Amino acid sequence: MASAALVRLDIEELDIEEGDAGRVIVEAAFATDDTRSHAEVLAPGVRGLFADPLTEGPALDAIVVGTGPGPFTGLRTGIAMARTLAFVWGVPLYGLMSLEALAWDVLDDGGTHRARVAAGGFVVATDARRKELYWAHYAPDGTLLDGPHVGPAADITDLPVFGAGAGLYAEALAANGCTVPAGYAAAQPTARALARAAARRLAAGETLDDTTPLYLRESDAKVPGPRKRAL
Amino acid sequence: MNATPLVLGIESSCDETGVGIVRGTELLANTVSSSMELHVRFGGVIPEIASRAHLDAFVPTLRAALAEAGVALADVDAIAVTSGPGLAGALMVGVSAAKALALATGKPLYAINHLVAHVGVGLLDPSIAAVTATGALPENLGALLVSGGHTEILRVHSIAEHVELLGATIDDAAGEAFDKVARLLGLAYPGGPAIDKLARQGNPKAVRFPRGLTMPKYMGTAEAPGPHRYDFSFSGLKTAVARCVEGYEAAGADVPVADVAASFQEAVLDVITAKAVLACREHAITTLLLGGGVAANSRLRELLAARCRSAGITLLVPAFSLCTDNGAMVAALGAQLVMRGVAPGGLAFAPDSSLPVSSISLPAAG
Ligand SMILES: [Zn+2]
Repeated sequence: MASAALVRLDIEELDIEEGDAGRVIVEAAFATDDTRSHAEVLAPGVRGLFADPLTEGPALDAIVVGTGPGPFTGLRTGIAMARTLAFVWGVPLYGLMSLEALAWDVLDDGGTHRARVAAGGFVVATDARRKELYWAHYAPDGTLLDGPHVGPAADITDLPVFGAGAGLYAEALAANGCTVPAGYAAAQPTARALARAAARRLAAGETLDDTTPLYLRESDAKVPGPRKRAL
Repeated sequence: MNATPLVLGIESSCDETGVGIVRGTELLANTVSSSMELHVRFGGVIPEIASRAHLDAFVPTLRAALAEAGVALADVDAIAVTSGPGLAGALMVGVSAAKALALATGKPLYAINHLVAHVGVGLLDPSIAAVTATGALPENLGALLVSGGHTEILRVHSIAEHVELLGATIDDAAGEAFDKVARLLGLAYPGGPAIDKLARQGNPKAVRFPRGLTMPKYMGTAEAPGPHRYDFSFSGLKTAVARCVEGYEAAGADVPVADVAASFQEAVLDVITAKAVLACREHAITTLLLGGGVAANSRLRELLAARCRSAGITLLVPAFSLCTDNGAMVAALGAQLVMRGVAPGGLAFAPDSSLPVSSISLPAAG
Protein backbone atom coordinates (compact mmCIF):
# COMPACT_ATOMS: atom_id res chain seq x y z
CA MET A 1 0.00 0.00 0.00
CA ALA A 2 1.05 3.61 -0.43
CA SER A 3 0.49 6.13 2.30
CA ALA A 4 1.69 9.50 3.53
CA ALA A 5 0.90 11.52 6.63
CA LEU A 6 1.60 14.92 8.09
CA VAL A 7 1.75 14.79 11.87
CA ARG A 8 2.35 17.33 14.63
CA LEU A 9 3.84 16.26 17.91
CA ASP A 10 2.61 17.98 21.06
CA ILE A 11 5.87 17.83 23.03
CA GLU A 12 4.36 19.33 26.20
CA GLU A 13 1.83 16.58 26.39
CA LEU A 14 4.04 13.73 25.34
CA ASP A 15 4.18 10.78 27.68
CA ILE A 16 6.35 8.12 26.18
CA GLU A 17 5.44 5.54 28.82
CA GLU A 18 1.75 5.90 28.18
CA GLY A 19 2.23 5.77 24.43
CA ASP A 20 -0.96 7.70 23.84
CA ALA A 21 -1.54 8.23 20.14
CA GLY A 22 -3.69 11.28 20.85
CA ARG A 23 -0.68 13.37 21.70
CA VAL A 24 0.69 13.04 18.20
CA ILE A 25 -1.79 14.97 16.13
CA VAL A 26 -2.31 13.73 12.61
CA GLU A 27 -2.96 16.86 10.55
CA ALA A 28 -3.41 15.14 7.22
CA ALA A 29 -3.05 11.59 5.98
CA PHE A 30 -3.48 9.65 2.80
CA ALA A 31 -3.49 5.91 2.22
CA THR A 32 -4.49 3.49 -0.50
CA ASP A 33 -4.63 -0.29 -0.46
CA ASP A 34 -3.87 -0.56 -4.15
CA THR A 35 -0.36 -2.05 -4.16
CA ARG A 36 0.08 -1.70 -7.91
CA SER A 37 -0.30 2.03 -8.22
CA HIS A 38 2.43 3.70 -6.16
CA ALA A 39 3.54 5.65 -9.17
CA GLU A 40 0.17 7.16 -9.85
CA VAL A 41 -1.08 7.81 -6.34
CA LEU A 42 1.82 8.60 -4.04
CA ALA A 43 2.83 12.02 -5.40
CA PRO A 44 -0.75 13.36 -5.59
CA GLY A 45 -1.31 11.89 -2.11
CA VAL A 46 1.70 13.73 -0.69
CA ARG A 47 0.72 16.90 -2.52
CA GLY A 48 -2.72 16.71 -0.97
CA LEU A 49 -1.26 16.90 2.54
CA PHE A 50 -0.21 20.49 2.03
CA ALA A 51 -2.01 23.76 1.52
CA ASP A 52 -2.64 25.02 -1.97
CA PRO A 53 -0.65 26.64 -3.52
CA LEU A 54 2.66 25.28 -2.27
CA THR A 55 4.96 28.12 -3.27
CA GLU A 56 7.54 27.72 -0.52
CA GLY A 57 8.69 24.66 1.35
CA PRO A 58 6.35 23.75 4.20
CA ALA A 59 7.64 24.26 7.75
CA LEU A 60 8.60 20.67 8.51
CA ASP A 61 11.01 19.59 11.24
CA ALA A 62 11.67 16.23 9.62
CA ILE A 63 10.73 13.92 6.78
CA VAL A 64 10.55 10.25 7.72
CA VAL A 65 10.26 7.42 5.21
CA GLY A 66 9.61 3.73 5.73
CA THR A 67 12.73 1.79 4.73
CA GLY A 68 11.01 -1.57 4.49
CA PRO A 69 11.36 -4.44 4.33
CA GLY A 70 8.76 -4.51 1.58
CA PRO A 71 8.26 -4.86 -2.18
CA PHE A 72 11.34 -3.35 -3.84
CA THR A 73 9.66 -1.03 -6.32
CA GLY A 74 7.26 0.43 -3.77
CA LEU A 75 10.11 0.89 -1.34
CA ARG A 76 12.17 2.81 -3.88
CA THR A 77 9.21 4.93 -4.93
CA GLY A 78 8.79 6.18 -1.37
CA ILE A 79 12.48 6.62 -0.63
CA ALA A 80 13.20 8.42 -3.93
CA MET A 81 10.36 10.78 -3.15
CA ALA A 82 11.40 11.41 0.46
CA ARG A 83 15.06 11.99 -0.42
CA THR A 84 14.13 14.44 -3.17
CA LEU A 85 11.62 16.37 -1.05
CA ALA A 86 14.16 16.64 1.77
CA PHE A 87 16.82 17.85 -0.68
CA VAL A 88 14.61 20.53 -2.22
CA TRP A 89 13.08 21.75 1.04
CA GLY A 90 16.29 21.47 3.07
CA VAL A 91 14.55 19.38 5.74
CA PRO A 92 16.28 16.72 7.91
CA LEU A 93 15.57 13.26 6.51
CA TYR A 94 15.22 10.01 8.45
CA GLY A 95 14.32 6.42 7.78
CA LEU A 96 12.43 4.05 10.01
CA MET A 97 11.86 0.35 9.58
CA SER A 98 8.32 0.01 8.25
CA LEU A 99 7.50 -2.88 10.63
CA GLU A 100 7.97 -0.49 13.55
CA ALA A 101 4.90 1.45 12.39
CA LEU A 102 2.85 -1.72 12.73
CA ALA A 103 4.38 -2.45 16.14
CA TRP A 104 3.26 0.93 17.45
CA ASP A 105 -0.20 0.48 16.00
CA VAL A 106 -0.41 -2.65 18.15
CA LEU A 107 0.92 -0.94 21.28
CA ASP A 108 -1.23 2.18 20.84
CA ASP A 109 -4.41 0.28 20.17
CA GLY A 110 -6.33 1.57 23.19
CA GLY A 111 -4.35 -0.73 25.43
CA THR A 112 -6.18 -3.86 24.24
CA HIS A 113 -3.18 -5.56 22.80
CA ARG A 114 -0.62 -3.94 25.06
CA ALA A 115 -2.33 -5.78 27.90
CA ARG A 116 -2.22 -9.06 26.01
CA VAL A 117 1.39 -8.82 24.97
CA ALA A 118 3.19 -10.93 27.54
CA ALA A 119 6.74 -10.43 28.73
CA GLY A 120 8.03 -12.33 25.71
CA GLY A 121 6.88 -9.53 23.42
CA PHE A 122 5.31 -9.92 20.00
CA VAL A 123 6.06 -10.25 16.33
CA VAL A 124 4.86 -8.08 13.45
CA ALA A 125 4.86 -9.65 10.00
CA THR A 126 4.03 -8.60 6.44
CA ASP A 127 3.82 -10.59 3.22
CA ALA A 128 7.19 -11.08 1.52
CA ARG A 129 5.72 -13.25 -1.30
CA ARG A 130 7.51 -16.48 -2.32
CA LYS A 131 5.89 -18.17 0.72
CA GLU A 132 7.89 -15.98 3.10
CA LEU A 133 7.30 -13.21 5.63
CA TYR A 134 9.10 -10.03 6.54
CA TRP A 135 9.06 -9.99 10.33
CA ALA A 136 10.54 -8.49 13.47
CA HIS A 137 10.23 -9.28 17.19
CA TYR A 138 9.43 -6.43 19.59
CA ALA A 139 9.45 -6.19 23.40
CA PRO A 140 6.26 -5.07 25.18
CA ASP A 141 7.70 -1.50 25.39
CA GLY A 142 8.29 -1.33 21.64
CA THR A 143 12.03 -2.09 21.74
CA LEU A 144 13.23 -4.08 18.72
CA LEU A 145 14.52 -7.45 19.97
CA ASP A 146 15.20 -9.27 16.70
CA GLY A 147 14.91 -8.58 13.00
CA PRO A 148 14.02 -7.58 10.45
CA HIS A 149 14.09 -10.98 8.84
CA VAL A 150 12.72 -12.56 5.70
CA GLY A 151 11.76 -16.21 5.95
CA PRO A 152 9.00 -18.80 6.24
CA ALA A 153 6.33 -18.71 8.95
CA ALA A 154 8.02 -21.76 10.47
CA ASP A 155 10.81 -19.49 11.75
CA ILE A 156 8.44 -17.82 14.24
CA THR A 157 7.40 -19.75 17.37
CA ASP A 158 5.30 -19.24 20.51
CA LEU A 159 4.52 -15.52 20.12
CA PRO A 160 1.53 -13.42 19.13
CA VAL A 161 2.00 -12.35 15.49
CA PHE A 162 0.37 -9.16 14.18
CA GLY A 163 -0.01 -7.95 10.59
CA ALA A 164 -1.06 -9.07 7.11
CA GLY A 165 1.72 -11.65 7.06
CA ALA A 166 0.18 -13.31 10.13
CA GLY A 167 -3.22 -13.48 8.47
CA LEU A 168 -1.78 -15.18 5.39
CA TYR A 169 -0.02 -17.91 7.37
CA ALA A 170 -2.35 -18.19 10.37
CA GLU A 171 -2.46 -21.98 10.20
CA ALA A 172 1.28 -22.49 9.94
CA LEU A 173 1.83 -19.99 12.75
CA ALA A 174 -0.76 -21.68 14.98
CA ALA A 175 1.03 -24.98 14.43
CA ASN A 176 4.17 -23.33 15.89
CA GLY A 177 2.33 -22.20 19.01
CA CYS A 178 1.80 -18.64 17.73
CA THR A 179 -1.45 -16.70 18.01
CA VAL A 180 -2.87 -14.31 15.43
CA PRO A 181 -4.82 -11.66 17.38
CA ALA A 182 -8.14 -10.56 15.90
CA GLY A 183 -8.21 -7.30 13.99
CA TYR A 184 -4.63 -7.52 12.77
CA ALA A 185 -4.80 -10.27 10.19
CA ALA A 186 -4.75 -7.77 7.32
CA ALA A 187 -2.90 -4.84 8.91
CA GLN A 188 -0.22 -3.02 6.91
CA PRO A 189 2.31 -0.40 8.04
CA THR A 190 0.86 3.10 7.54
CA ALA A 191 2.62 6.42 7.21
CA ARG A 192 0.41 7.74 9.98
CA ALA A 193 1.81 5.18 12.43
CA LEU A 194 5.33 5.58 11.04
CA ALA A 195 5.27 9.34 11.60
CA ARG A 196 3.86 8.84 15.08
CA ALA A 197 6.58 6.32 15.94
CA ALA A 198 9.28 8.59 14.53
CA ALA A 199 7.97 11.68 16.30
CA ARG A 200 7.92 9.79 19.55
CA ARG A 201 11.50 8.62 19.09
CA LEU A 202 12.75 12.08 18.18
CA ALA A 203 10.98 13.58 21.21
CA ALA A 204 12.61 10.98 23.46
CA GLY A 205 16.00 12.05 22.14
CA GLU A 206 16.49 8.74 20.34
CA THR A 207 18.10 8.51 16.94
CA LEU A 208 16.39 7.39 13.78
CA ASP A 209 17.93 5.48 10.91
CA ASP A 210 19.13 6.72 7.55
CA THR A 211 17.08 5.97 4.44
CA THR A 212 19.01 2.91 3.24
CA PRO A 213 16.35 0.49 1.99
CA LEU A 214 16.04 -2.82 3.84
CA TYR A 215 15.80 -5.09 0.83
CA LEU A 216 16.82 -8.21 2.84
CA ARG A 217 17.09 -10.09 -0.46
CA GLU A 218 19.72 -9.87 -3.14
CA SER A 219 18.66 -9.26 -6.72
CA ASP A 220 17.88 -12.54 -8.44
CA ALA A 221 20.70 -12.06 -10.90
CA LYS A 222 23.03 -15.02 -11.42
CA VAL A 223 26.55 -14.68 -12.72
CA PRO A 224 26.39 -16.68 -15.97
CA GLY A 225 28.09 -20.06 -15.91
CA PRO A 226 29.98 -21.68 -18.77
CA ARG A 227 28.43 -21.18 -22.19
CA LYS A 228 25.65 -23.59 -23.07
CA ARG A 229 25.79 -25.23 -26.45
CA ALA A 230 23.42 -23.81 -29.03
CA LEU A 231 22.83 -27.19 -30.68
CA MET B 1 5.46 31.92 -24.70
CA ASN B 2 8.96 31.50 -23.27
CA ALA B 3 11.29 31.14 -26.26
CA THR B 4 14.19 29.76 -24.21
CA PRO B 5 12.75 27.90 -21.23
CA LEU B 6 15.11 26.57 -18.56
CA VAL B 7 14.30 22.86 -18.33
CA LEU B 8 15.72 20.14 -16.07
CA GLY B 9 15.57 16.61 -17.51
CA ILE B 10 15.77 13.28 -15.66
CA GLU B 11 16.64 9.92 -17.24
CA SER B 12 16.58 6.50 -15.53
CA SER B 13 15.24 4.05 -18.13
CA CYS B 14 18.24 1.69 -18.12
CA ASP B 15 21.59 1.78 -16.30
CA GLU B 16 22.40 5.51 -16.54
CA THR B 17 21.08 7.99 -14.00
CA GLY B 18 21.09 11.27 -15.88
CA VAL B 19 20.19 14.84 -14.99
CA GLY B 20 20.56 17.47 -17.71
CA ILE B 21 19.73 21.15 -17.83
CA VAL B 22 19.06 23.16 -20.99
CA ARG B 23 17.97 26.68 -21.80
CA GLY B 24 15.98 26.34 -25.01
CA THR B 25 18.48 24.51 -27.22
CA GLU B 26 21.52 25.51 -25.20
CA LEU B 27 23.12 22.73 -23.13
CA LEU B 28 24.01 23.90 -19.61
CA ALA B 29 24.67 20.60 -17.82
CA ASN B 30 24.68 16.91 -18.62
CA THR B 31 25.54 14.82 -15.56
CA VAL B 32 25.41 11.05 -15.84
CA SER B 33 26.08 8.37 -13.23
CA SER B 34 26.33 4.89 -14.71
CA SER B 35 25.91 1.59 -12.88
CA MET B 36 27.56 -0.26 -15.79
CA GLU B 37 30.40 -1.59 -13.64
CA LEU B 38 27.90 -3.40 -11.40
CA HIS B 39 26.60 -5.33 -14.43
CA VAL B 40 29.96 -6.42 -15.84
CA ARG B 41 30.09 -9.75 -14.04
CA PHE B 42 26.60 -10.61 -15.31
CA GLY B 43 27.41 -9.73 -18.93
CA GLY B 44 24.29 -7.59 -19.23
CA VAL B 45 22.15 -5.04 -17.38
CA ILE B 46 20.37 -6.56 -14.36
CA PRO B 47 17.18 -4.50 -13.85
CA GLU B 48 17.02 -4.85 -10.06
CA ILE B 49 20.66 -3.83 -9.65
CA ALA B 50 20.14 -0.86 -11.99
CA SER B 51 17.08 0.23 -9.99
CA ARG B 52 18.97 0.09 -6.70
CA ALA B 53 21.77 2.16 -8.20
CA HIS B 54 19.34 4.80 -9.56
CA LEU B 55 17.94 5.35 -6.08
CA ASP B 56 21.34 6.12 -4.60
CA ALA B 57 22.62 8.11 -7.58
CA PHE B 58 19.67 10.46 -8.07
CA VAL B 59 20.17 13.24 -5.51
CA PRO B 60 23.98 13.43 -5.98
CA THR B 61 23.49 13.57 -9.77
CA LEU B 62 20.85 16.30 -9.41
CA ARG B 63 23.12 18.30 -7.11
CA ALA B 64 26.05 17.99 -9.54
CA ALA B 65 23.95 19.05 -12.54
CA LEU B 66 22.63 22.15 -10.77
CA ALA B 67 26.17 23.10 -9.76
CA GLU B 68 27.51 22.54 -13.29
CA ALA B 69 24.76 24.64 -14.84
CA GLY B 70 25.08 27.29 -12.15
CA VAL B 71 21.32 27.54 -11.72
CA ALA B 72 18.98 27.22 -8.75
CA LEU B 73 15.90 25.02 -8.80
CA ALA B 74 13.81 28.14 -8.32
CA ASP B 75 14.97 29.41 -11.73
CA VAL B 76 13.83 26.28 -13.58
CA ASP B 77 10.73 26.71 -15.79
CA ALA B 78 9.83 23.02 -16.13
CA ILE B 79 10.95 19.52 -15.20
CA ALA B 80 10.96 16.63 -17.67
CA VAL B 81 11.40 12.92 -16.95
CA THR B 82 11.65 9.76 -19.05
CA SER B 83 8.35 7.92 -18.53
CA GLY B 84 9.13 5.11 -20.99
CA PRO B 85 10.00 2.93 -22.74
CA GLY B 86 12.59 1.21 -20.55
CA LEU B 87 13.04 -1.04 -17.52
CA ALA B 88 9.93 -0.71 -15.33
CA GLY B 89 11.69 -0.63 -11.96
CA ALA B 90 14.37 1.74 -13.20
CA LEU B 91 11.84 4.14 -14.75
CA MET B 92 9.92 4.19 -11.48
CA VAL B 93 12.85 5.65 -9.51
CA GLY B 94 13.34 8.58 -11.89
CA VAL B 95 9.62 9.21 -12.16
CA SER B 96 9.13 9.20 -8.39
CA ALA B 97 12.06 11.55 -7.87
CA ALA B 98 10.85 13.83 -10.68
CA LYS B 99 7.37 13.98 -9.19
CA ALA B 100 8.86 14.91 -5.82
CA LEU B 101 10.92 17.60 -7.51
CA ALA B 102 7.86 19.00 -9.28
CA LEU B 103 5.75 18.76 -6.14
CA ALA B 104 8.36 20.47 -3.95
CA THR B 105 9.12 23.28 -6.39
CA GLY B 106 5.65 23.76 -7.86
CA LYS B 107 7.10 23.47 -11.39
CA PRO B 108 5.26 21.78 -14.27
CA LEU B 109 6.33 18.18 -15.00
CA TYR B 110 6.55 16.63 -18.48
CA ALA B 111 6.46 12.81 -18.86
CA ILE B 112 8.74 12.26 -21.85
CA ASN B 113 9.20 9.47 -24.40
CA HIS B 114 12.80 8.24 -24.22
CA LEU B 115 13.05 7.41 -27.93
CA VAL B 116 11.81 10.79 -29.06
CA ALA B 117 14.25 12.39 -26.61
CA HIS B 118 17.09 10.62 -28.48
CA VAL B 119 15.98 12.68 -31.49
CA GLY B 120 15.41 15.92 -29.56
CA VAL B 121 19.00 15.85 -28.30
CA GLY B 122 20.11 16.67 -31.85
CA LEU B 123 18.96 20.23 -31.18
CA LEU B 124 21.69 20.62 -28.56
CA ASP B 125 24.48 19.60 -30.92
CA PRO B 126 26.44 22.13 -32.97
CA SER B 127 26.21 19.78 -35.99
CA ILE B 128 22.57 20.79 -36.38
CA ALA B 129 23.80 24.19 -37.59
CA ALA B 130 25.29 22.48 -40.62
CA VAL B 131 21.80 21.48 -41.71
CA THR B 132 19.50 24.27 -40.63
CA ALA B 133 20.28 27.92 -40.13
CA THR B 134 17.40 28.37 -37.68
CA GLY B 135 18.58 25.82 -35.12
CA ALA B 136 15.32 23.92 -35.50
CA LEU B 137 15.29 20.29 -36.61
CA PRO B 138 15.31 19.92 -40.40
CA GLU B 139 12.26 19.03 -42.46
CA ASN B 140 11.89 15.44 -43.72
CA LEU B 141 13.80 14.10 -40.75
CA GLY B 142 14.34 10.47 -39.83
CA ALA B 143 16.16 8.88 -36.93
CA LEU B 144 18.06 5.64 -36.47
CA LEU B 145 18.36 4.66 -32.80
CA VAL B 146 20.73 1.81 -31.94
CA SER B 147 21.55 0.90 -28.35
CA GLY B 148 21.63 -1.90 -25.82
CA GLY B 149 17.95 -1.34 -25.12
CA HIS B 150 16.44 -0.41 -28.46
CA THR B 151 16.88 -0.49 -32.25
CA GLU B 152 14.41 1.65 -34.20
CA ILE B 153 13.88 3.67 -37.37
CA LEU B 154 11.67 6.72 -36.81
CA ARG B 155 10.12 9.32 -39.03
CA VAL B 156 9.95 12.70 -37.30
CA HIS B 157 7.10 14.75 -38.71
CA SER B 158 7.25 17.19 -35.80
CA ILE B 159 9.37 16.61 -32.70
CA ALA B 160 6.68 17.92 -30.34
CA GLU B 161 3.62 16.57 -32.13
CA HIS B 162 4.08 13.66 -34.48
CA VAL B 163 6.71 10.92 -34.52
CA GLU B 164 6.11 7.66 -36.37
CA LEU B 165 7.75 4.27 -35.88
CA LEU B 166 8.84 2.85 -39.23
CA GLY B 167 10.73 -0.20 -37.99
CA ALA B 168 12.13 -1.84 -34.85
CA THR B 169 13.78 -4.99 -33.60
CA ILE B 170 11.37 -7.84 -33.02
CA ASP B 171 13.67 -9.56 -30.49
CA ASP B 172 17.07 -8.41 -29.16
CA ALA B 173 18.33 -4.84 -29.42
CA ALA B 174 21.50 -4.51 -31.51
CA GLY B 175 23.61 -3.58 -28.48
CA GLU B 176 22.27 -6.61 -26.65
CA ALA B 177 23.38 -8.83 -29.55
CA PHE B 178 26.87 -7.31 -29.32
CA ASP B 179 26.96 -8.10 -25.56
CA LYS B 180 25.83 -11.69 -26.05
CA VAL B 181 28.23 -12.40 -28.90
CA ALA B 182 31.10 -10.77 -27.00
CA ARG B 183 30.42 -13.24 -24.20
CA LEU B 184 30.42 -16.14 -26.69
CA LEU B 185 33.81 -14.97 -27.93
CA GLY B 186 35.21 -14.50 -24.42
CA LEU B 187 35.36 -10.70 -24.76
CA ALA B 188 34.63 -8.09 -22.09
CA TYR B 189 31.32 -6.39 -21.28
CA PRO B 190 30.08 -4.12 -22.73
CA GLY B 191 30.44 -6.03 -25.97
CA GLY B 192 30.09 -3.15 -28.44
CA PRO B 193 33.47 -1.47 -27.92
CA ALA B 194 35.23 -4.85 -27.53
CA ILE B 195 33.87 -6.20 -30.82
CA ASP B 196 34.41 -2.91 -32.65
CA LYS B 197 38.09 -2.94 -31.62
CA LEU B 198 38.74 -6.59 -32.42
CA ALA B 199 36.82 -6.48 -35.71
CA ARG B 200 39.34 -4.01 -37.12
CA GLN B 201 41.86 -6.88 -37.19
CA GLY B 202 39.42 -9.37 -38.70
CA ASN B 203 37.94 -10.12 -42.11
CA PRO B 204 34.24 -9.14 -42.23
CA LYS B 205 33.73 -11.56 -45.12
CA ALA B 206 35.32 -14.56 -43.37
CA VAL B 207 31.96 -15.99 -42.28
CA ARG B 208 28.69 -15.30 -44.04
CA PHE B 209 26.26 -14.80 -41.15
CA PRO B 210 22.51 -14.48 -41.80
CA ARG B 211 20.95 -11.04 -42.29
CA GLY B 212 17.74 -11.16 -40.23
CA LEU B 213 14.36 -10.32 -41.83
CA THR B 214 15.84 -9.62 -45.28
CA MET B 215 14.07 -12.41 -47.18
CA PRO B 216 11.49 -11.30 -49.79
CA LYS B 217 8.60 -12.66 -47.70
CA TYR B 218 9.52 -10.19 -44.95
CA MET B 219 10.62 -7.32 -47.17
CA GLY B 220 7.94 -7.26 -49.87
CA THR B 221 8.26 -4.30 -52.21
CA ALA B 222 7.99 -0.53 -51.82
CA GLU B 223 4.45 -0.71 -53.26
CA ALA B 224 3.44 -3.81 -51.30
CA PRO B 225 5.64 -3.85 -48.17
CA GLY B 226 6.11 -7.18 -46.40
CA PRO B 227 5.36 -7.53 -42.68
CA HIS B 228 8.92 -6.61 -41.58
CA ARG B 229 10.27 -4.36 -44.32
CA TYR B 230 12.07 -2.02 -41.87
CA ASP B 231 12.26 -4.37 -38.88
CA PHE B 232 15.25 -6.15 -37.38
CA SER B 233 15.92 -9.51 -35.75
CA PHE B 234 19.21 -10.43 -34.11
CA SER B 235 18.46 -13.55 -32.09
CA GLY B 236 19.01 -15.93 -35.04
CA LEU B 237 22.32 -14.25 -35.76
CA LYS B 238 23.45 -14.82 -32.19
CA THR B 239 22.63 -18.55 -32.54
CA ALA B 240 24.52 -18.69 -35.85
CA VAL B 241 27.60 -17.24 -34.17
CA ALA B 242 27.32 -19.83 -31.38
CA ARG B 243 27.12 -22.65 -33.95
CA CYS B 244 30.10 -21.27 -35.81
CA VAL B 245 32.22 -21.09 -32.65
CA GLU B 246 31.18 -24.62 -31.67
CA GLY B 247 32.07 -25.86 -35.15
CA TYR B 248 35.66 -24.69 -34.72
CA GLU B 249 35.79 -26.15 -31.21
CA ALA B 250 34.42 -29.52 -32.35
CA ALA B 251 37.07 -29.65 -35.07
CA GLY B 252 39.72 -28.96 -32.44
CA ALA B 253 40.63 -25.72 -34.21
CA ASP B 254 41.30 -22.29 -32.71
CA VAL B 255 38.36 -19.95 -33.11
CA PRO B 256 39.40 -17.09 -35.42
CA VAL B 257 37.93 -14.61 -32.96
CA ALA B 258 38.74 -11.43 -34.90
CA ASP B 259 37.21 -12.83 -38.11
CA VAL B 260 34.06 -14.00 -36.31
CA ALA B 261 33.74 -10.63 -34.53
CA ALA B 262 34.18 -8.73 -37.80
CA SER B 263 31.74 -10.98 -39.67
CA PHE B 264 29.12 -10.73 -36.92
CA GLN B 265 29.47 -6.96 -36.71
CA GLU B 266 29.16 -6.67 -40.48
CA ALA B 267 25.98 -8.76 -40.47
CA VAL B 268 24.34 -6.53 -37.82
CA LEU B 269 25.43 -3.23 -39.32
CA ASP B 270 24.77 -4.22 -42.92
CA VAL B 271 21.11 -4.84 -42.15
CA ILE B 272 20.73 -1.80 -39.92
CA THR B 273 22.23 0.64 -42.37
CA ALA B 274 20.59 -0.89 -45.45
CA LYS B 275 17.12 -0.84 -43.90
CA ALA B 276 17.59 2.67 -42.49
CA VAL B 277 18.55 4.04 -45.89
CA LEU B 278 15.73 2.09 -47.58
CA ALA B 279 13.22 3.59 -45.12
CA CYS B 280 14.59 7.07 -45.77
CA ARG B 281 14.27 6.67 -49.54
CA GLU B 282 10.76 5.31 -49.39
CA HIS B 283 9.54 7.96 -46.95
CA ALA B 284 11.20 11.00 -48.53
CA ILE B 285 13.52 11.39 -45.54
CA THR B 286 16.43 13.65 -46.48
CA THR B 287 18.19 13.98 -43.12
CA LEU B 288 18.90 11.03 -40.82
CA LEU B 289 19.86 11.49 -37.18
CA LEU B 290 21.79 8.70 -35.45
CA GLY B 291 21.29 8.08 -31.73
CA GLY B 292 21.88 5.50 -29.00
CA GLY B 293 25.08 4.08 -27.52
CA VAL B 294 25.94 1.94 -30.57
CA ALA B 295 26.46 5.25 -32.44
CA ALA B 296 29.98 5.01 -30.99
CA ASN B 297 30.69 2.00 -33.23
CA SER B 298 33.23 3.07 -35.83
CA ARG B 299 32.01 0.63 -38.50
CA LEU B 300 28.40 1.78 -38.05
CA ARG B 301 29.40 5.40 -38.57
CA GLU B 302 31.53 4.50 -41.60
CA LEU B 303 28.96 2.28 -43.30
CA LEU B 304 26.02 4.56 -42.56
CA ALA B 305 27.91 7.64 -43.76
CA ALA B 306 28.81 5.91 -47.03
CA ARG B 307 25.30 4.62 -47.69
CA CYS B 308 23.67 7.94 -46.76
CA ARG B 309 26.10 9.77 -49.03
CA SER B 310 25.28 7.62 -52.04
CA ALA B 311 21.56 8.00 -51.36
CA GLY B 312 21.83 11.79 -51.00
CA ILE B 313 20.82 11.72 -47.34
CA THR B 314 22.41 14.10 -44.84
CA LEU B 315 23.62 12.23 -41.76
CA LEU B 316 23.65 13.91 -38.34
CA VAL B 317 25.61 12.26 -35.53
CA PRO B 318 25.50 14.18 -32.24
CA ALA B 319 28.47 14.08 -29.88
CA PHE B 320 28.76 10.66 -28.22
CA SER B 321 27.91 12.05 -24.75
CA LEU B 322 24.55 13.09 -26.24
CA CYS B 323 23.96 9.78 -28.07
CA THR B 324 24.08 7.59 -24.97
CA ASP B 325 21.24 7.81 -22.45
CA ASN B 326 21.35 11.11 -20.57
CA GLY B 327 19.21 13.73 -18.90
CA ALA B 328 20.02 16.49 -21.38
CA MET B 329 18.06 14.71 -24.14
CA VAL B 330 15.02 14.61 -21.87
CA ALA B 331 15.44 18.28 -21.04
CA ALA B 332 15.89 19.14 -24.73
CA LEU B 333 12.60 17.47 -25.67
CA GLY B 334 10.92 18.99 -22.61
CA ALA B 335 12.01 22.44 -23.75
CA GLN B 336 10.47 21.83 -27.19
CA LEU B 337 7.17 20.87 -25.56
CA VAL B 338 7.23 23.99 -23.37
CA MET B 339 7.95 26.16 -26.43
CA ARG B 340 5.02 24.63 -28.33
CA GLY B 341 2.70 25.19 -25.39
CA VAL B 342 2.07 21.46 -24.82
CA ALA B 343 0.34 20.86 -21.46
CA PRO B 344 2.42 19.17 -18.74
CA GLY B 345 1.66 15.67 -17.40
CA GLY B 346 0.86 16.41 -13.77
CA LEU B 347 1.73 14.16 -10.83
CA ALA B 348 -0.59 11.20 -11.45
CA PHE B 349 0.86 9.53 -14.57
CA ALA B 350 2.45 6.07 -14.41
CA PRO B 351 5.67 5.13 -16.21
CA ASP B 352 5.10 2.79 -19.15
CA SER B 353 7.90 0.33 -19.92
CA SER B 354 6.58 -0.18 -23.46
CA LEU B 355 5.49 3.38 -24.24
CA PRO B 356 4.94 3.63 -28.02
CA VAL B 357 6.98 6.22 -29.90
CA SER B 358 3.78 7.93 -31.06
CA SER B 359 3.23 9.02 -27.47
CA ILE B 360 5.72 11.91 -27.23
CA SER B 361 4.64 12.97 -23.75
CA LEU B 362 1.96 11.64 -21.42
CA PRO B 363 -1.06 13.85 -20.81
CA ALA B 364 -2.21 14.67 -17.29
CA ALA B 365 -4.10 11.66 -15.88
CA GLY B 366 -7.75 11.82 -14.86
ZN1 LIG C 1 18.29 5.09 -25.05
